[in-house]
Amino acid sequence: MKISNLFILFLALTFISCADKNNPNYQYFPDMYESLAYEAYSEAEIFENQQTAMIPVENTISRGWMPYEYDNNLDGYALAKVELVNPLPYSEEHLTNGKELYDIYCATCHGKKGDGQGYLVEREKILGVPSYDDQGRAITEGSIYHVMYHGINTMGSYASQMSEEELWQVDHYVVKLKNALEGKPERAYETNEAIEITVEETGEVMQINFESSN
Amino acid sequence: MRKVILRPYLLAITLFLFTTVYSYAQETAEAQPAESAAVVDSPVPNGNAENGEKLFKSLCAACHKPYSRAVGPALHGVVDKYDGDFEWLYAWIKNSAELIKSGDARANAIYNEYNQVAMNAFPQLSNQDMDDILAYVELPAPVIEAPVPDGKDVPVQTGIPTDLILGILSFVLLLLAVILYLVNKTLNRFAEVNGVKLYEDGAERKPLWKAYVENQFLLLVTVVVFLLGTAWFGYGYLMQVAVDQGYEPIQPIHYSHRIHAGDNKIECKYCHASARVSKHSGIPSLNVCMNCHKQISEVAPETLAEGKEEYSIDYNKEIEKLYEAVGWDKNTQSFTGENKPVKWVRIHNLPDHAYFNHSQHVSVGKIECQTCHGPVEEMEYMYQNAPLTMGWCINCHRETNVQVKDNEYYTKIHEELSKKYNIEEFTAADMGGIECGKCHY
Repeated sequence: MKISNLFILFLALTFISCADKNNPNYQYFPDMYESLAYEAYSEAEIFENQQTAMIPVENTISRGWMPYEYDNNLDGYALAKVELVNPLPYSEEHLTNGKELYDIYCATCHGKKGDGQGYLVEREKILGVPSYDDQGRAITEGSIYHVMYHGINTMGSYASQMSEEELWQVDHYVVKLKNALEGKPERAYETNEAIEITVEETGEVMQINFESSN
Repeated sequence: MRKVILRPYLLAITLFLFTTVYSYAQETAEAQPAESAAVVDSPVPNGNAENGEKLFKSLCAACHKPYSRAVGPALHGVVDKYDGDFEWLYAWIKNSAELIKSGDARANAIYNEYNQVAMNAFPQLSNQDMDDILAYVELPAPVIEAPVPDGKDVPVQTGIPTDLILGILSFVLLLLAVILYLVNKTLNRFAEVNGVKLYEDGAERKPLWKAYVENQFLLLVTVVVFLLGTAWFGYGYLMQVAVDQGYEPIQPIHYSHRIHAGDNKIECKYCHASARVSKHSGIPSLNVCMNCHKQISEVAPETLAEGKEEYSIDYNKEIEKLYEAVGWDKNTQSFTGENKPVKWVRIHNLPDHAYFNHSQHVSVGKIECQTCHGPVEEMEYMYQNAPLTMGWCINCHRETNVQVKDNEYYTKIHEELSKKYNIEEFTAADMGGIECGKCHY
């Protein structure tokens, strides 16, 4: 009797200790479990509040980015709208990637077709999402990028979720959607490969590479 | 004797208790007459509010809310504010920038009041359209939606509080125990009076445990069962050391994956953007939350009621916590610059000696997030779904065929492997996915 009592007690204790889901389980000799090196999101004494997830230091440029020169205000927007052009060729590869990213980041509000009828709009969670062919806004390559980079009104910046190249890929895709909404003919793909030009005099073959250097 | 007297008494007590509780529950359910708001004359007589609602939601709602400030001012009462000067309102809505440039005093006043944020031009709107919109925003604020906390809270408790039920139950049980004791005592007394002998005198009864121990077969079986049991539980016990399956910590801000990924179908990668391109599936920084929550400062009344009812969580308070952490002032619709970083509790954590790369699985392998993380879109509280043990990794690498179709990452190795082994389909293990050095180096 006594033994089975103890056994039941032991079982009960085991179950109780397992049932605590709010705390992680204990570890046995965790020498190789916890990293000595600093890892992403780990706490580090050298930083204030031990916080390692921080925004880049001022006046530095993140890897894969170039400084963006248009200010986050109306003038910057107007300037970008007129001057800024997409550095990527209008290629199938960039558009495929652009569509994939668009469906993740934009379509939930702007709709798969860019008509402002995304799922969140249908459910009336987010309202007032304009269609890309909105006349008052008359968006351009440059203004699309500017808005994705800085955000505008209630729309936030997407520069933390996509890289510079990815933003430009989405930019191409948004322009494609806008043209489709306006019933304009589809723009022909530019080749992503090097265009070969034969220089007549020497017979030498020159290659001009249109690929982006990202 | 006593038994006969006691029973109806007990019945009466329980009956009385249940009837009172039942009537209490009915009362609370009935005390809910909904009062509809009185109809007020619209300051826009020839506007169609229904059409206006559609237009407002598609064009204006990005920056305006009818009854509270958003990017732009609250629009309710705008007709009175400008003394019913519809011509001025039309001009403003159609092209506010032009009106400001023309030096109009009222236009410049409102422009400067709202930090010179320019309103978009809406040349496509006709005067009738604008009347409709104005009629919509001038509708009196709906009163029925507001009293959700006191209106829906009472019936939410389904009438009988749990404590009361438990109290009654324990009371009944106590009564039962008392009755049994009394019955036993009475019967014993009867036996004594009638001269019935319950136990034989003299013969000392052998204790049960002694009889048990003396039976060698039983003892053997017990020992075997005990040893097997110990081995079984011991093994299970040791195997779960450092395995955090089911770990479900309380986070500093309650975030419901059920609402975001489930109900609203937001892509996992929308917030966990770095899972596409990096080793880590990053915890989204708060600016990602603010992409939507700049506009969504309160959840829908049904969602709020559901949260309180089923999970005892006030979702609106959680959004307030987000605003406090990110430093967003709802009244001025601007960031204050004072933020309090959130210390999220990490759930999934591989030991340092194992390498795992998210992008390799998400972008290259095209594995669904749910394969490892489970039905996240149904989780109100996030928990660790998989054991994340080595055996678990290896199993998947052995069993899952690599998605080679339309996947340029594998074009070359697929050609080589299919030539070498004459196979079309292969698993991660076939191309070296269970070699030690792949994950431990």
